[in-house]
Amino acid sequence: MEAELIYIGLAAAFGIFMAWGIGANDVANAMATSVGSKALTIKQAILVAAVFEFLGAVLAGGAVTSTIRKGIVDSELLVGSPELLIYGMLASLLAAATWLLIASRNGWPVSTTHSIVGAIVGFAAVGIGIDAVQWGQVGTIVMSWIVSPLLAGFIAYLIYRSVQWLILSQDDPLAQAKRFVPVYIFLAAFTITLVTLLKGLSHVGLDISLAASYLLATGIAFIIAVVGMVAIQRIKPDPKAEKKQHFYTVERVFAVLMIVTACSMAFAHGSNDVANAIGPLAAVISVAQTGVVGAKSALPIWVLVIGGGGIVTGLATYGLHVISTVGKKITQLTPSRGFAAELAAATTIVIASGTGIPISTTHTLVGAVLGVGLARGIEAIDLRVVGRIFVSWVVTIPAGAFLAIVFFFIFENVLP
Amino acid sequence: MGNVLANIFGSSPVMPLEKHVGIAYKCVSELEGFFAAAVKGDWDKASEYRDRIIQLEHDADDLKKKIRLRLPKSLFMPVPREDLLELLLVQDKMANRAKDVSGIVFGRKMAIPPAIADEFVDFVGRNIDAAKQARKSVRELDELFTSGFRGAEVTLVESLLEELDQIETETDDRQAALRASLFKVEKDLDPVNVMFLYKAIELTGEIADMAERVGRRLELLLSH
Repeated sequence: MEAELIYIGLAAAFGIFMAWGIGANDVANAMATSVGSKALTIKQAILVAAVFEFLGAVLAGGAVTSTIRKGIVDSELLVGSPELLIYGMLASLLAAATWLLIASRNGWPVSTTHSIVGAIVGFAAVGIGIDAVQWGQVGTIVMSWIVSPLLAGFIAYLIYRSVQWLILSQDDPLAQAKRFVPVYIFLAAFTITLVTLLKGLSHVGLDISLAASYLLATGIAFIIAVVGMVAIQRIKPDPKAEKKQHFYTVERVFAVLMIVTACSMAFAHGSNDVANAIGPLAAVISVAQTGVVGAKSALPIWVLVIGGGGIVTGLATYGLHVISTVGKKITQLTPSRGFAAELAAATTIVIASGTGIPISTTHTLVGAVLGVGLARGIEAIDLRVVGRIFVSWVVTIPAGAFLAIVFFFIFENVLP
Repeated sequence: MGNVLANIFGSSPVMPLEKHVGIAYKCVSELEGFFAAAVKGDWDKASEYRDRIIQLEHDADDLKKKIRLRLPKSLFMPVPREDLLELLLVQDKMANRAKDVSGIVFGRKMAIPPAIADEFVDFVGRNIDAAKQARKSVRELDELFTSGFRGAEVTLVESLLEELDQIETETDDRQAALRASLFKVEKDLDPVNVMFLYKAIELTGEIADMAERVGRRLELLLSH
């Protein structure tokens, strides 16, 4: 079918564009602190991010992509007219991209995930019918948008309080840091690996038993912790940059840990956000190829690869610029604070990805930063930005839905 | 997207506050050279110091205004905004007193009686020490923020503040002794000049008072 190629082509174009944008904008969330604290050079950061975003997207992005692809729209109602799903998914992609463009022009902190989900709900509810939306699933997703920043904030608070207690408020913070940071490295690597093994690898066809998962996670974490310990031993205090408490050198020790959490954050981000670009594309492909809205068809892995590739391209081309801009502004997020926020956010996101729930990775990270702030770890937080985030939660869904409906009706009447 | 992460951080007042106390101290420290020249009657030299004091006090005021402008109510900080603004205010007052003292002495080309000259210069020096100790304490602000106002860093700052208290008490004693010395010789001096001498002693003593108030404000921050 010729039309089939047009649809797939359009969907791929929109999808890759979305993935590019996701990579370019969000890479800074994971890597900017590492670059700012000189733990990594920009080139190293881009490389690290590329590897882990790609791994996250391909290895762990399947569940969320499935949700976007078929978990929101009830495919039963579309059996007679599968092309509606195609129009709708195309419209959703375009609507989300448009809304993001508008938001970035105005400096609004809008989330990619909220936009795409709002758009899909919009076209399904209005374009097809209220019953076309699986409201139970949507309800769960919306709840998780509220829970994820709170959870990340809570975890970040606990992590940072432990850092203050064990290291920063002690008499010899440097010695304490050298003792405990390897432990933190182990815990970070262990948590992320374990959650991914337990939940996220089903779409790759790997089936690992519970015991094996724990063993594997422990092993990987141990190796990483040892490497970290070696790197830490090499750090010597710099008397000129120091005052009595050696906090400057302490931060350099934490910078080693930051590299681990930056990798985790990149992995987590890839696992959750790839779906925003690729979910609709996957839906379009399966309908266009089979002519049937089959909820049972498996997610082809090459779709995830395209998504991962789009993200990597985005961060490699435009991400450099974003990282250096953001890196200059987040100097307050020193490694000791940044690691707490990133580890909390990454854990929350990876749990969500494993459960197949699309959440806003950026807002989750902001929740984590606020958690560190509540532990009195941040010098100054601008609450007006937090306010704008709340507003964007309310505005984005109707906005995305409205745009999707408009585009849907256009496509319905224009496309073959 | 005006990346959210970048915009979530407000401009931190910690470094500007440390910079401000540095300027205020520099202003106060110029009094040493000023009085060395004034006691000798070298008003040309004194005028150089006087000009620097005026400039530094002006710089401190400018920075104070800038800091206040960048501390909106919407900023969420580990300590109350009002406490930081109060700290800024008393820091600034150290510089103001220095300017006032130099103004009175220079404006009248005040003759300082040889009988109390050395004692006066020592008194000024001790007040400058108080201001220096205040600067040392405020400069621990960033480390305090890092440690979350807990633990070993707090103990360190508390010991600095205790030292500051001792210096201020010492200046009080010296002020009393200086006034007594002046009282002994005041009959032989021009009465108007003597009144302004007492005023100059009082203003100088207020420098250490302001330094001690800086310490008080820091203590308040520690107690949260």
